[in-house]
Amino acid sequence: MAMTKAGLAQELCDQLGVNKREAKELVELYFDTVREVLAEGESVKISGFGNFNIREKTPRPGRNPKTGEEIPISARRVVTFKPGQKLKHRIESYAGAVEQ
Amino acid sequence: MVRSELIEKMVETMPGLAPRDIELAVKIIQEHMIDNLADGGRIEVRGFGSFSLNYRKPKIARNPRTGESVPLAGRHVVHFKPGKELREMVDHPSTD
Repeated sequence: MAMTKAGLAQELCDQLGVNKREAKELVELYFDTVREVLAEGESVKISGFGNFNIREKTPRPGRNPKTGEEIPISARRVVTFKPGQKLKHRIESYAGAVEQ
Repeated sequence: MVRSELIEKMVETMPGLAPRDIELAVKIIQEHMIDNLADGGRIEVRGFGSFSLNYRKPKIARNPRTGESVPLAGRHVVHFKPGKELREMVDHPSTD
């Protein structure tokens, strides 16, 4: 089962001793704040975890893969995530089931 | 913006919460997300995005400087997919 905001809130209850409502507030506050900063066009660098960056994409020609019809893709701003050293190393060593 | 500045911003937004709790909460959230991904898990945060693992097949790479062959084992990498709300807020910052 995927970890969700509820799972993170539970972890805060257990480890921080805050009540359910406060735990939920803290989780929301964290992601809302990161999102707000990104929406302002600023990157967020969290040491140990990774960097959320903003990239400006130029317009390019695209295609509807179903009909083959050409559709222009307009210029846009997107978020990219680059994992930090710690996260990268922890994940690389994961030797679990490989999905093909 | 780095983590300490992010925490300051959170403290300003929620003056009712203890700054110490906010700082610890950020630490716990990040540690827990890392642990979860390192166990092969997946994280889904509604409105923000999801983190999952992608597999990279083993391959023979080359040291571009020396031309020497370097065997690389199969490994996992983290993939982040921004959620709808985050995508829209970033692409149309004025209309949030």
